[in-house]
Amino acid sequence: MTKLIVDGTEVDVPAEYTLLQACEEAGAEIPRFCYHERLSIAGNCRMCLVELKGAPKPVASCAWAVRDCRPGPNGEAPEVFTKSKMARKARNGVMEFLLINHPLDCPICDQGGECDLQDQAMAFGVDTSRFAENKRAVEDKYIGPLVRTSMNRCIHCTRCVRFTAEVAGTSDMGAIGRGEDMEITTYLETAMHSELQGNVADICPVGALLPKPYSFKARPWELGKTESIDVMDAVGSAIRVDTRGREVMRILPRINDAVNEEWISDKTRQIVDGLKTQRLDRPFIRENGRLRAASWSEAFNAIGARMKSASPDRIGAIAGDLCAVEEMFALKLLMEKLGSPNIDCRQDGAKLDPSLGRTSYLFNATIAGIEHVDALMIIGSNPRREAPVLNARIRKRWRAGNFPVGLIGEAVDLTYPYKYIGAGAGSLSDVVAGKDFGEDFAKAAKPLVIVGQGALARADGAAILALAAKVAGTKEGWTGLSILHTAAARVGGLDLNFVPQAGGKDAIAMAEAGALDVLFNLGADEIDIAPGAFVIYQGTHGDRGAHRADVILPGATYTEKSGTYVNTEGRVQIADRACFPPGDAREDWAILRALSDVLGARLPFDSLVQLRRLLHERHPHFARQDRIERGGDLQALAAKAGQGTTDKAGFVAAVQDFYLTNPIARASAVMAECSALALDRQMRHAAE
Amino acid sequence: MLADKDRIFTNLYGFGDWGLEGARERGAWDNTKAFLDKGKDWIIAEMKASGLRGRGGAGFPTGLKWSFMPKADPARPSYLVVNADESEPGTCKDREIMRNDPHLLIEGCLVACFAMEAHACYIYIRGEYILERERLEAAVAQAYEAGLIGKDNVHGWPFDCYVHHGAGAYICGEETALLESLEGKKGMPRLKPPFPANMGLYGSPTTVNNVESIAVAPTILRRGAAWFAGFGAKNNTGTKVFCISGHVNKPCNVEDAMSIPFRELIDTHCGGIRGGWDNLLAVIPGGSSVPLVPAHEIIDAPMDFDTLRNLKSGLGTAAVIVMDKSTDIVRAIARISYFYKHESCGQCTPCREGTGWMWRVISRMAEGRAHKREIDMLLEVTTQVEGHTICALGDAAAWPIQGLIRHFRPEIEKRIDAYSHKASHEPVEAYGVAAE
Repeated sequence: MTKLIVDGTEVDVPAEYTLLQACEEAGAEIPRFCYHERLSIAGNCRMCLVELKGAPKPVASCAWAVRDCRPGPNGEAPEVFTKSKMARKARNGVMEFLLINHPLDCPICDQGGECDLQDQAMAFGVDTSRFAENKRAVEDKYIGPLVRTSMNRCIHCTRCVRFTAEVAGTSDMGAIGRGEDMEITTYLETAMHSELQGNVADICPVGALLPKPYSFKARPWELGKTESIDVMDAVGSAIRVDTRGREVMRILPRINDAVNEEWISDKTRQIVDGLKTQRLDRPFIRENGRLRAASWSEAFNAIGARMKSASPDRIGAIAGDLCAVEEMFALKLLMEKLGSPNIDCRQDGAKLDPSLGRTSYLFNATIAGIEHVDALMIIGSNPRREAPVLNARIRKRWRAGNFPVGLIGEAVDLTYPYKYIGAGAGSLSDVVAGKDFGEDFAKAAKPLVIVGQGALARADGAAILALAAKVAGTKEGWTGLSILHTAAARVGGLDLNFVPQAGGKDAIAMAEAGALDVLFNLGADEIDIAPGAFVIYQGTHGDRGAHRADVILPGATYTEKSGTYVNTEGRVQIADRACFPPGDAREDWAILRALSDVLGARLPFDSLVQLRRLLHERHPHFARQDRIERGGDLQALAAKAGQGTTDKAGFVAAVQDFYLTNPIARASAVMAECSALALDRQMRHAAE
Repeated sequence: MLADKDRIFTNLYGFGDWGLEGARERGAWDNTKAFLDKGKDWIIAEMKASGLRGRGGAGFPTGLKWSFMPKADPARPSYLVVNADESEPGTCKDREIMRNDPHLLIEGCLVACFAMEAHACYIYIRGEYILERERLEAAVAQAYEAGLIGKDNVHGWPFDCYVHHGAGAYICGEETALLESLEGKKGMPRLKPPFPANMGLYGSPTTVNNVESIAVAPTILRRGAAWFAGFGAKNNTGTKVFCISGHVNKPCNVEDAMSIPFRELIDTHCGGIRGGWDNLLAVIPGGSSVPLVPAHEIIDAPMDFDTLRNLKSGLGTAAVIVMDKSTDIVRAIARISYFYKHESCGQCTPCREGTGWMWRVISRMAEGRAHKREIDMLLEVTTQVEGHTICALGDAAAWPIQGLIRHFRPEIEKRIDAYSHKASHEPVEAYGVAAE
């Protein structure tokens, strides 16, 4: 710890702190543009200049370490002034320079109201301009469908350049030209490649990079802000849903260092238009092969009539990828009351078994824990597509150095180098035998094994999971086996034991022709249900599930209900309701409660509070928000390694098209454009 | 005047053979091993005693700089980088050294590397210097051939020398921008600290020296620090190559003792000022980045670091630009201002935005198309740039304008008056803003 005097206040800070951090510790406010906590230090905006006693010139506080400060001649603590004449003059000067070529278009700029430059010009600028020359004009650049540019406004802080180079790992952006002709661009004006590109609009301190789909839609001060949780992948990123009236206008990241730091994927951010299109806003009944709009009572009666004639073991329920815990719980209770053992939440057929304990299906290393592991093996997963934010965390660990990464599965660009071990289970067996990468891996004190759904959602999934558990090994105080889920609902469903009860069929079996008479489909759109069964689809979008349905019950999306979600780590999080479902659509738990009445199997709750009370009674860990509960160990699982046969086929990652993984995304025009661009890029890459 | 026997660069004009043989005749590579055998401490002590100050412009004591290098560490090898990116307008001393006496430089590299326990030296040569690069590369090849340098050479200190060709950006003459460029990145200065002596090329300890500083080192060691320190005033010792250009009768490069009075320098080597001493208007004594000094202050001033600093100017690279009374001094400074605007790398705000602003205002002033109050505004803008940037280019852009306003304010005011009195307001010439 080093003593330092900031504006007369003495602070004691670690020597590796920068002056900027030390000043903040002392309560002094330092304006900045280029400095960002999660990016490298550039020191180029010069806004954070402070006076350092003894230094002839003001110093950039973001780049000057406390240990670089010299003590006074008699050993006095170094003294920093943030409000002295020298510091003020430096700041005023820099602010004037930033503004001379910055257009005065705040009234038509989307950043207005949440603009760093605007705020700091108010706080540290002067009110008039002395610049009588023509302002610089810079052509706007095309950098993709998600980020709109207005390059006149650019202040060349290079945050976007550093973000793409460091966090996203794609080096999409850069600066060309020099001096006042310097321009930020993707050079060939191609779209950025990253799945995290939307974040450059967030970190841009001015209105140069703005979210394109949100352009000219709303002003920040007219938006209602609701804290929520993302369901586009199983990471459970913390988000803020901004609404105006009934409409979701945009989705922004919230800071949660344990999960997403302050980044979110493009799918999370730009799904917004998908929440409004293709919505199911009233119940439908299929008559003579065609769906027709119906009333709630008509729909319920149609279901009731059908259910009556079906025997309990010919009834089944599948829960989809976006469901909250509440409605899965309600559906499970309903099926229990109806006496059906056929329930499953694994529509992809993943061989995960909740009876082996929670540890067998969680990302045990935790997302923040990735930063502390010392070797990584990825099995049957493409984390860049399945969880881009988590992949950024792996990249962060890789950037810290000394981090061997091995991959079994498809050889893809993960934004960091890795050793390609092989395609399928054969290579995994080699690693278990200590060959190849396994030798290095065994030496690691904290090895991390990421198992993707691509390795588990196949007939030999259980055998592969056992092999992976063996590779990860069981060390005292460390569980390296980490399952990377792709569905936000999956861990919650497994926690609820929403899997076939004694003698029940699993999702794949239920979908087969002739397996069931009535199938209740709670938002499962990634599974093909064979003709035959009477299908009740409860969901939000006119997607695959709705097309196969005989009765459609319109539900609510994640922004339209208060729901509990459990992310891939097993972290319980609650998303608040930001707006209401459209038309006649209702919150899902309420639909199931109403339906239970019609079916003569009334569920024992009348409100969400009562439902949650019951839920917490049966599954206490859902009450403990933002915690990760552990359960069971991997001994039993690892012991099974080598039993059962494995297939020779290579692992295929669960997510092939990142932009179109769920019904909301498939309804979004923005996601469709991104998907087409990515496909085009792939084709061209293949052609080369 | 410096006696011929005391000159270090005896082939400055290229009359002799630039190659190894010619260089050996002139004394280069003569018993280099003898002072390597005396050890690095002796070399550094000798360099310190000689009082040699860096010849690149800043005038930092060379011996001291060498002593900053940490002890050799196999994980982080030390490097010597020679800054041959000589781009300062008016300066052409390194060009002549590399063209006509390259072996002095290579020998200096070996000695300096030995003193800093470095085994590799990179010479970063300016993009426009084509002939110089060819000569230097040929000379390096000759030295390898003769076993003077290389992994296994006669001096017993494994040493490799690489010539790297720049792409012609002025900013790459700034030491950290040069390192970035050498690493293959964009030539943009780094934040300091850490200084190159701790974190330089590829993150390893590095010393960056000017060509002339390195090229004089072997001769200093051969003839003794006392000999070198015998020239010039206290703290400003040694001989120096002056590049005199502009309105003198015979512009030239010449090596003379430091602290030589300006009048003697011009009269002895350049045949006097064009039109006589009364015709002298002003002098830029150290390359375009230092403020100009008006005639009456410079005529009898000794040309050295400290005197010129007291005149609020500097010796810089000793590129003496002489301007007689036919010079349009405002336009001259406006042109220099354009140069800095053009060469600003664009990394940090004050320089990126300030250089363009200063150039636009000063070129309007060159026409007279300005307000008198703008003179003070311009002066203030220069102070907002100066000292607030990552590297010294901001200072270099500000100083010439500060010098102009300090000494020639009436001239600017006269220009403004003339313009506003003129009936027709045609631009004086298609120059500056009008040409944009």
